[in-house]
Amino acid sequence: MPGKLKVKIVAGRHLPVMDRASDLTDAFVEVKFGNTTFKTDVYPKSLNPQWNSEWFKFEVDDEDLQDEPLQITVLDHDTYSANDAIGKVYIDIDPLLYSEAATVISGWFPIYDTIHGIRGEINVVVKVDLFNDLNRFRQSSCGVKFFCTTSIPKCYRAVVVHGFVEELVVNEDPEYQWIDRIRTPRASNEARQRLISLMSGELQRKIGLKVLEMRGNAVVGYLQCFDLEGESGLVVRAIGTVCTLDKISNTAFLPACNSPSKEMKEIPFNEDPNPNTHSSGPSTPLKNQTYSFSPSKSYSRQSSSSDTDLSLTPKTGMGSGSAGKEGGPFKALLRQQTQTALEQREFPFFTLTAFPPGFLVHVGGVVSARSVKLLDRIHNPDEPETRDAWWAEIRQEIKSHAKALGCHAVVGYSESTSICEEVCILSASGTAAVLNPRFLQDGTMEGCLEQRLSWQPGFFSIGSEKGEVDFFPQNQDSSSLLGIEETSPPGCGFCHIPYDELNMPFPAHLTYCYNCRKQKVPDVLFTTIDLPAEAMVIGKGCLIQARLCRLKKKAQAEANATSISNLLPFMEYEVHTQLMNKLKLKGMNALFGLRIQITVGENMLMGLASATGVYLTALPTPGGIQIAGKTPNDGAYEQHISHMQKKINDTIAKNKELYEINPPEIPEEIIGSPFPEPRQRSRLLRSQSESSDEVMELDLSHGKKDAFVLEIDDTDAMEDVHSLLTDVPPPPGFYSCNTEIMPGINNWTSDIQMFTSVRVSRLSNINLTNQTLNKNFNDLCENLLKSLYFKLRSMIPCCLCHVNFTVALPEDEVIQVTVTAVAITFDKNQALQTSKVPAEKTLQRASTDNEEQLQFPMELCSDPLVSQPFSPAKAASLDKASPLAEGYLRHRSVPSCTNSTVSVVKMTPLSFIPGAKITKYLGIINMFFIRETTSLREMRKIQSPEKYANSSKQPVF
Amino acid sequence: MTNDLDIFVGNTTLIDEEVYQLWLDGYSVSDAVSLRLRSGILEQTGATVDVLQSDTMDHYRTFHMLERLLHTPSKLIHQLHFQIPPSRQAMLIERYYAFDEAFVREVLGKKLSKGTKKDLDDVSTKTSITLKSCRRQFDNFKRVFKVVEEMRGSLVENIQQHFLLSDRLARDYAAIVFFANSRFETGKKKLQFLTFEDFAYCAEQMIQNWTLGAVDSNVDDMDVDLDKEFLQELKELKVLITDKDLLDLHKSLVCTSLRGKISVYNEMEANFKNLSRALVNMASKLIHTKDVRDFFIDLVEKFIEPCKSDKWTLNDVRLFLTQYTTSAHTLDAFRHQALWDRYMSTIKSCLLKMYHD
Repeated sequence: MPGKLKVKIVAGRHLPVMDRASDLTDAFVEVKFGNTTFKTDVYPKSLNPQWNSEWFKFEVDDEDLQDEPLQITVLDHDTYSANDAIGKVYIDIDPLLYSEAATVISGWFPIYDTIHGIRGEINVVVKVDLFNDLNRFRQSSCGVKFFCTTSIPKCYRAVVVHGFVEELVVNEDPEYQWIDRIRTPRASNEARQRLISLMSGELQRKIGLKVLEMRGNAVVGYLQCFDLEGESGLVVRAIGTVCTLDKISNTAFLPACNSPSKEMKEIPFNEDPNPNTHSSGPSTPLKNQTYSFSPSKSYSRQSSSSDTDLSLTPKTGMGSGSAGKEGGPFKALLRQQTQTALEQREFPFFTLTAFPPGFLVHVGGVVSARSVKLLDRIHNPDEPETRDAWWAEIRQEIKSHAKALGCHAVVGYSESTSICEEVCILSASGTAAVLNPRFLQDGTMEGCLEQRLSWQPGFFSIGSEKGEVDFFPQNQDSSSLLGIEETSPPGCGFCHIPYDELNMPFPAHLTYCYNCRKQKVPDVLFTTIDLPAEAMVIGKGCLIQARLCRLKKKAQAEANATSISNLLPFMEYEVHTQLMNKLKLKGMNALFGLRIQITVGENMLMGLASATGVYLTALPTPGGIQIAGKTPNDGAYEQHISHMQKKINDTIAKNKELYEINPPEIPEEIIGSPFPEPRQRSRLLRSQSESSDEVMELDLSHGKKDAFVLEIDDTDAMEDVHSLLTDVPPPPGFYSCNTEIMPGINNWTSDIQMFTSVRVSRLSNINLTNQTLNKNFNDLCENLLKSLYFKLRSMIPCCLCHVNFTVALPEDEVIQVTVTAVAITFDKNQALQTSKVPAEKTLQRASTDNEEQLQFPMELCSDPLVSQPFSPAKAASLDKASPLAEGYLRHRSVPSCTNSTVSVVKMTPLSFIPGAKITKYLGIINMFFIRETTSLREMRKIQSPEKYANSSKQPVF
Repeated sequence: MTNDLDIFVGNTTLIDEEVYQLWLDGYSVSDAVSLRLRSGILEQTGATVDVLQSDTMDHYRTFHMLERLLHTPSKLIHQLHFQIPPSRQAMLIERYYAFDEAFVREVLGKKLSKGTKKDLDDVSTKTSITLKSCRRQFDNFKRVFKVVEEMRGSLVENIQQHFLLSDRLARDYAAIVFFANSRFETGKKKLQFLTFEDFAYCAEQMIQNWTLGAVDSNVDDMDVDLDKEFLQELKELKVLITDKDLLDLHKSLVCTSLRGKISVYNEMEANFKNLSRALVNMASKLIHTKDVRDFFIDLVEKFIEPCKSDKWTLNDVRLFLTQYTTSAHTLDAFRHQALWDRYMSTIKSCLLKMYHD
């Protein structure tokens, strides 16, 4: 009985007219939590009712506090007929459950109806009194913090990084229940909306429990996804990295370095007059943060069994958590796991993409696995074990790929699905890596784990580390041993190959590192992580995309799954080739933040890969692209080829200039022995689940050294070359990347604009071929980018960061592309001011930063989207989730006024806001909307499970 | 390949001021696109026509959604749908309520009724302002009028408070409301030389001096209607022209003090009685609604035109009116000094403002 929830309904405004006769509304409010409902009085005849209700008190278990949303329903009172619903507000009270966060949620909330959209607003005050329960965290996990950022959140430091956590919750989709045939669409939408809230709450609570079990206190890199499987159910799943975070005390010495513009030249200690970007060297051990893995438990997979006890507790009619009885094959898997348990703990997955310097020792390359599954074959669809087993299988595969690359960890790990009818593609990818073995020693082995250094903005953890020593006194000695002075030099160490040179997992062309000349490096590096802070790059980075469509025959069930499985390797291959070509064309040698999305539709497969290309100084200069014709005797053809070649060479030269890539010339002899057979190297290990563990190698052995050869032997190849050249660079003043920040830009200014853009395109022609399809898709994406550049031209010079493309195939011949990104302006003049903002100022701001600011203006950015009339679709079965990527809602006070008005809420998918400092994270906000639009006889629901996280208040410099 | 859907949603609502102006000016999407094309925007940005088209559409859609809120600007400030920084909100409102000089001259003083609205297509043809824009401006006038018509307190302040307009624009709207309420005739050919600014100035003078709010700011503070009592009293001024002696004395006083100072002395002397009669007669008739409507015509026909035909300079007019007003005070037989000042100060201001080409 450890909590009391108190709710007060203050007032409403701008309500819709519900009574035609009087043009007014007699509104009252129902407040529901769990099974308890309270009602306010009817406030007659007003569109701006003032209820000023008493405090409604709910005495509830904290378990329910975590699972249940607070439901506020606004109704119009009718004396004679049934009361009409105006709309609802769901309030996730999770932010109130952290000890250090808000104590009250109050403010105006939009009243939302699944049919009509927003209908007025309501002013609500919500408070929670938590009683401390010593027998705590049996079922609940209040107080565990969730962060969607894929780096250690600012204003915290990681004491321990424990490792991977996952959970999965399944329930029957109300949309497919028998009762749906007789109830109203509104009732069905609301049932669904409530269920989704509930499941998400339950999922979070269960993850929290695992976190507590692992002795962590937070989940970083939390990634939550919904799979709307249709008939077989609704799945909510999440992965994350468990950490023990310690709040950096807000006192005295917060260094002023969080204005990103100063980051570049600023070394950790402000006092040091010699800016030395790459030195985490000598100073590091002094300011290290403790960081370690707790080796005691591995949570990659056994977790599902370990929480069996949990799921056995009856839960209000919901499908249970991810546990239950193990199915046959799953059992076998488990046994296998226990055997490898020891191995597993040295083999952690990390959803983080940014790491403290010294953490990453080597990066092996991208590992990915995909698996095609049939949803209608799930034996017991309401139980999670089948899906658990599926994911376990895939993770196992990822692990073995990483091992093949000589790596013991996977970083930048993520999972995704694509569902079309009964076929589901599960995908997982990450970057195989070797982590500093010192970090992996037992217990509280500490390392030089600041949050990201100099190049990463928003870094201000330094000052507070002093207290650290007291905290872990035993670490003092070891700290001096640590860090970077050992094997790998800071700027290039992560590029060095982790695998044995003589026993390479795939053919690769190795040279000695261009930076330290001691170790071998590959000539290209693909990764899913952000550019490490200490990495040395030349010039700027750019967004590189590979886009691909493949037609497939419409088929049913097994045949369908087989044809998809057969297509996947080819798609991966082509995507990879495209990426490689485009990378070369840009004159760059490494990809970061690689994300390959494969989308399955009725009659086609789409592949979209996005990454940020950079030039790493440690890797060799990429060779050009050579074109070779197949019919050398034809003069005209020859001419054509040479023309193309010239064009390509020109493009490369132009790109080098554009991205300021001018590596110093290095005499040939210094570079390590040339390998006899240069070839294209693939750092991409992939496989289909159907194809067991066979590792596909991409081996294109072509003739010339250091030049990548494209053979034009048919029209396909011709198309490929053409499509290479059609990518237009962004207009002057624009840069784009899909990582958190743009390599090579450091002086951000404070203007940011997060946005989402959606395009739905109908393919008109009936006789689609792969070529036309590819061209259409390519044009669609390019045009979308172009229109973004145009829209945001007033922000020049600016960079689109964290560009995230999502492709969906909602119907036959319809492609939907969604882009979410944030545009950040920067100062062209590279003015790197080193001004220090006095600490007092920070303090002042911090103190004014009281809870009055805690109004929650909810940003309903999905609404204009879903209110668009959608073209007639097939039927209600066509539910599509448009999984808009996580956006992070942030509260920011306006620089000019220190009082409590929030004029603009800034949202960003990044872990920082330029020019602002995060002083407090208010908690994760999960929002779900179902909106129904009716066009003639057709009915269609668009649902966007959306995630806003980490709302934070931050005074501004 | 056709685009079924193409939208952009920014965290803060993106507003292109140029496109907003085109939308306000009532251009269709395709017209707006071709106008933007002509501005050379493609050359500057390297965009394509498709991009421009989609951008324009997207903006129009946003503006369309914003329009409902702009009708009650306080809603725009408090809504949670579109996140717009305060400065941009002010810009949106100010521009939405801005009007064209040519348009306001057509509608000023007309009844803001459905009938007038029906005639807007004529106004549109005449002023070459799009019908859509005409309608918006007309609806704005009407909306402001309806809200403040029955309201107490200062007209300008009321408008400012309810429509969150700048001081300047609120003053203009006050004039429009005032003119619409009293239905002053402004459209006659003879009045065409007068600008909206002239009328707005006159309206302000009248509101300050001739309405109920002017005398007593506490009770019954109504800025919209002329003070009936005052208009009634104005009849008393007739003595200045009906009493022969008084008229002669007044004339001689004025002539004496203006001799050598005014460039059109002879003409002034010859015309004095006519001018004085005109001004006083107007005063005495203002109690009739019909004559209120013709107020500006009378000023032009009976005062400005005669003076102009005699080539009075603005300075001459100013000297004359000043003397004419002050001399009346020295007439012992004339008792309505306060009334006279209240009437003449406004008339003088109006005439001086209106006395131009």
